[in-house]
Amino acid sequence: MKPHKLPDAKGHFGKFGGKYVIETLMPALQELQTLYEEAKEDPKFKEDLAYYLKHYVGRPTSLYFAERLTEHLGGAKIYLKREDLTHTGAHKINNTIGSALLTQRMGKKRVIAETGAGQHGVATATAASLFGLECDVFMGEEDMKRQALNVFRMKLLGANVIPVTSGTRTLKDATSEAIRNWITTVESTHYIIGSVVGPHPYPMIVRDFQKIIGEESRRQLMEMEGRLPDTCVACVGGGSNSMGLFYPFLENEEVGLVGVEAAGLGVDTDKHGASLTKGSAGVLHGMMSYLLHDDDGQVTEAHSISAGLDYPGVGCEHSYLRDSGRATYATITDEEALDGFKLLSSKEGIIPALESAHAIAHVVKLAPKMKKDEIILVCLSGRGDKDVNQVADRMGVSL
Amino acid sequence: MSRIQQRFASLNGKKALVAFYTAGDPDMNASKEIFAVIEKNGADIVEIGVPFSDPLADGPTIQAASHRSLKNGTTLKKIIQLVTDIRKTSELPIILMTSFNPIFVYGQKEFVADAVKAGVDGVIIPDLPPEEAETFLGLAEGLDMVFLLAPTSTPDRVEQIGKISKGFVYYISLTGTTGTKESLSVGLEEKVAEIKKTVSLPVLVGFGISGPEQARQAAKVADGVILGSAIVKLIETNSDSGERDRKLSEFLTSIQTAINP
Repeated sequence: MKPHKLPDAKGHFGKFGGKYVIETLMPALQELQTLYEEAKEDPKFKEDLAYYLKHYVGRPTSLYFAERLTEHLGGAKIYLKREDLTHTGAHKINNTIGSALLTQRMGKKRVIAETGAGQHGVATATAASLFGLECDVFMGEEDMKRQALNVFRMKLLGANVIPVTSGTRTLKDATSEAIRNWITTVESTHYIIGSVVGPHPYPMIVRDFQKIIGEESRRQLMEMEGRLPDTCVACVGGGSNSMGLFYPFLENEEVGLVGVEAAGLGVDTDKHGASLTKGSAGVLHGMMSYLLHDDDGQVTEAHSISAGLDYPGVGCEHSYLRDSGRATYATITDEEALDGFKLLSSKEGIIPALESAHAIAHVVKLAPKMKKDEIILVCLSGRGDKDVNQVADRMGVSL
Repeated sequence: MSRIQQRFASLNGKKALVAFYTAGDPDMNASKEIFAVIEKNGADIVEIGVPFSDPLADGPTIQAASHRSLKNGTTLKKIIQLVTDIRKTSELPIILMTSFNPIFVYGQKEFVADAVKAGVDGVIIPDLPPEEAETFLGLAEGLDMVFLLAPTSTPDRVEQIGKISKGFVYYISLTGTTGTKESLSVGLEEKVAEIKKTVSLPVLVGFGISGPEQARQAAKVADGVILGSAIVKLIETNSDSGERDRKLSEFLTSIQTAINP
């Protein structure tokens, strides 16, 4: 397979990606690209990043053989990459530490972020607190209700949480509002985007900060099994944990890559978040990618039980991987995700985030069809504490 | 020469007045009436806004107008039909201002063909900077594509955008989204003067101009002014069409007097 050296100089992954933003932001994006390219070659930057990832975030995270889940499903061996064990409880912090270090390098004193489930908001607030940066997090009002615990965490960490009341009041609108704020404050503020979305160079930078997930897993699995996995599985909302897991395996064609999108109430209803499965190419939030939109180019509402997957777009590199056939994309409904959530809790003593429960639910379908000596590597992108109230509610249990 | 270019040529040093409003707010019939009022009150160019579900460059006023318009079922196709209807009686230059996605989904080639046929003269697509505009520019024969400059634009970009823009250059007066502000940005005059050194096209100032005083100041250095949110707000707050048209006339007259005393 030919080496995957994307994006190109203009930030394109084939026809996807790019910089579809107003002129006001173009100079800042160029600056960010130049600064990032310098930083990633700078030994001091690399050393600082490695230091914080090890001592603060708690990397490397473990790769855990889920023996009871494997036995229960009766097929392939299942390995969990435990991003839920990072400080703050999700992979999002890998990116926010790197991005906060970039912010320092720029000499900017304020960061902003959008958040859906609240994990990226918490991770940004945490990094801002660590490096003494002012932090505003934009969050849809609807998500603030679903994720009240994370709202409180962000406030404790010293961030302002700004409720977004426009549109669907979820991640899409939080992202739009964060971009509008950035258009106004670009000279003093760095926007820390939480996923592999947005205008170039964001999808590349976020992927690069997240690829440590795949790099570590690869090394750990070589130590434990002496070989690469047969299939990698991860959930896809914007797609940062999946891109981080997939990226180091892209050139190993024998390794299957499966992204799992939110089917919500079903992909044949209008209540899902499966952009790659049911969408078509379009432009939202500064990039060309698969998108859920109508015949007139108006973006439609996404739906998922999991706030982190409730997004009508998807990372542009995933769109490229979908069209090239290098990765495939499956879907999991709200109900299936809930079953995955309960199954992992009861079989392994690990409560997954509802986002990650989508990946687990797909493994439930996949593993029994595979041979016992085959290996599935799953990214357990976050822990489920934040979702316990919501799940209890769904189960009719009042806490 | 395009209608836009002819208009500038005929101004003879007078400052241009460009009026923006969102199509389909409060409804398509009103959009026709509003156009007539704007034309009668001395606007040189009309920008018709195409509503989008996620207008990233817009402040609350135009966001809300977009939202109302979409709820009324406005589509790009219907807006092109609106222009066809207007063209039966008007020769005023018309520009469509839109996010890129509605054009992309319509089909870039089909959009250009239909828009030109309807009598659209130009387009402003804020989220299609020169870096992404190559394909569209290759297809946009018959349409003047107006590009934007911002306070953050570097000298290199000013030069490049000055070369590829057609009709005029739209200078965004502030680092921010659309919407009226109490005062103009500090340094606006210097920045426009600097742009005019390298850009031979007319330079018009928009974003954040709320009334006659700011329009007067901006027109001292620029070749014209663009009023958007202030007009959209007038339309929003006057549900009675007679009252709306009267206030709109007064407002446009006051701007015209301010920029061309």
